[in-house]
Amino acid sequence: MKKTYSIEVDCANCANLMEETTKKVNGVANATVNFMTQKMIVEFDEGADEKGTMKEVLKACKKVEPDCEIEL
Amino acid sequence: MNKKQKKMLTRIIISAVLLILVNIIPIDKIPLPEMILFIGKLVIYIVIYIIIGHDILRKAGKGILNRRIFDENFLMAVATVGAFILAIIEKSGDYNEAIAVMLFYQIGELFQSYAVGKSRKNISALMDIRPDYANIEKDGVLEKLDPDEVTAGTIIVVQPGEKVPIDGVVTEGTSSLNTAALTGESVPRDVKAGDEIISGCINLNGVLKIRTTKAFGESTVSKILELVENSSSNKSKSENFISKFARIYTPIVCYLALALLVIPPIFNVLLLHASADFTTWLYRSLTFLVVSCPCALVISIPLTFFAAIGGASREGILVKGSNYLETLSKTGYVVFDKTGTLTHGVFKVNGIHSSCDKCGEFCGCEHEHNEEDAKRILEYAALAEIASSHPISNSLKVAYGKMLDRNRVTDIEEISGHGILAKVDGIPVAVGNARLMEREGYEYKKCTHPGTIVHIAIDGKYEGHILISDVIKENSGKAIKELRNAGIIRNIMLTGDDRVIAEHTATEIKIDEFHAELLPADKVSRVEELLSGKESGRTLAFVGDGINDAPVLTRADVGIAMGAMGSDAAIEAADVVLMDDDPVNVPRAIKIAKRALKIVYENIGFALLIKIGCLILAAVGLANMWLAIFADVGVMVLCVLNAMRALIKIDKKS
Repeated sequence: MKKTYSIEVDCANCANLMEETTKKVNGVANATVNFMTQKMIVEFDEGADEKGTMKEVLKACKKVEPDCEIEL
Repeated sequence: MNKKQKKMLTRIIISAVLLILVNIIPIDKIPLPEMILFIGKLVIYIVIYIIIGHDILRKAGKGILNRRIFDENFLMAVATVGAFILAIIEKSGDYNEAIAVMLFYQIGELFQSYAVGKSRKNISALMDIRPDYANIEKDGVLEKLDPDEVTAGTIIVVQPGEKVPIDGVVTEGTSSLNTAALTGESVPRDVKAGDEIISGCINLNGVLKIRTTKAFGESTVSKILELVENSSSNKSKSENFISKFARIYTPIVCYLALALLVIPPIFNVLLLHASADFTTWLYRSLTFLVVSCPCALVISIPLTFFAAIGGASREGILVKGSNYLETLSKTGYVVFDKTGTLTHGVFKVNGIHSSCDKCGEFCGCEHEHNEEDAKRILEYAALAEIASSHPISNSLKVAYGKMLDRNRVTDIEEISGHGILAKVDGIPVAVGNARLMEREGYEYKKCTHPGTIVHIAIDGKYEGHILISDVIKENSGKAIKELRNAGIIRNIMLTGDDRVIAEHTATEIKIDEFHAELLPADKVSRVEELLSGKESGRTLAFVGDGINDAPVLTRADVGIAMGAMGSDAAIEAADVVLMDDDPVNVPRAIKIAKRALKIVYENIGFALLIKIGCLILAAVGLANMWLAIFADVGVMVLCVLNAMRALIKIDKKS
């Protein structure tokens, strides 16, 4: 299951950090953050709860980049 | 400017004005005790500092709490707070430096976010082909619907100026379509009832009614959007290099700064028995920290790739990721599929060879042939083939051009692999290949030209043959020439066609070498052979139309597909998609890639050079914080501007 989310992030390096952080969240199989289009593509593990996982992702991302925003 | 940026700008202006004010007002002359003046001044400066830098301090603090210490916020926070403390220790009362550094840093950040946001929008606008709605007629009134809700088979209405939202077939109306956003082609395409139409085009003049053939999600426009949106997710080596670089670089400079702070004073005290001179070294190490921000690199490289991808898509070249730009820039070998790539892949009557009135030859003689004979041959051939839908018979019908009267043809007998026997106006006609002629016992003449030959015998007599061949695209030769100019080592053509036809095409477009009579599997092994024998550091690009060469497209370093118009296999398998089938876009894509990579290397080289230079200057005490912050912001601005060059058109379309 793949989903695309709009995000708001100010710098390319922060986007890279968000990508790495997101990959480590439970329930996420793979993630790519595209700084230029301000999009995050998250691939979920089979049977993962998308909404719950994304909340975790947002929390984790806020940790590495307090200014970031993910439109859930 | 967005809300965040406006807020930042206000903060910058307020603190800049305040900073100037406190420097103009002679606070020292106010008749108050020195201690109160000192503290009062400090408080005022701290307030200004907090106005301009509170978010940096907060982020640095959060970073430490989250165990992610070394980032540019941390660098700036340490440097400015350090400068502040230094001013207090030295009792110099000069807090300007700390605030100015923070101020310039914020100006730089603001500029960066503005420039990047702006260019992002510009580039995205180039690629914006997303339709917002689809019109559906209900009881004579047009209703706007989300394209997602329209099912295949619905009749939609597209008015002048609107985008075609969904792929379909025109049922009513005529119009011209602007396909520039899809193909880069500026000449409008005319459509009428019965024509297929792809989404993403802009309807220029007439009202069109379209019966949709696909759902929105399956339509060309969705496919392209998906491709473009995911394109910069495939990161190139240089992008990955930069993010890795930033990850090790920041800690290294922090430790270096620390070393600069600790080692020289210890050295002074222990070995030279001089004073530690702690403040000098603190200042130097703080300057060192300011210089070291890696922003210019981190921002300009993805921006360059993004701009290049955007610029390419404006020319009808879709690149699926910056990694492919990188591979494309190193292309040393270009392998072309022939049919549909270098040629149009449609069969066309290229000659009608009737017997010569003067010497009796069918082709190869210098005399003018009787045109009436040629017309008669074509007419009979087209009539005999009237029931067939084979591409060859279609090309005969197209060449004949007039309406065919079905009633004139009787007793049609199709002999598979040979041709057709029929009676036209009661006269027996044989139309087919050499085998048919042999089977029927006609003495036929071989054609001297390459192509598919259709022999015709009318009323028991061999009348001549029609030459049908694929048409070479007008820009194929130009593309090969440009590729050679762009430094390609070998251009190779692969085809399943027979040798004579392949050779003709190869000499016509002056390609370096060709391999004919290949099956799809042979193409893969040929490409593999080339891959194993190529020069190191150079890559191989395969250009095909996506029809039965998908395995080769995936096997090559870069797969370039022709004609995204409708061919899903091509979009899937290829790394680069050329929206119009023009082969001249191959050298163009390579040039765009080369320029992008050149800009990337320029930026890396330039930024590192300035940074390292300033770091050395700072370490030996020749640079102060002002220089440091100007170097940092200046390099960033120049790199961003340089990156935007990747968006400029590479050359004029011919």
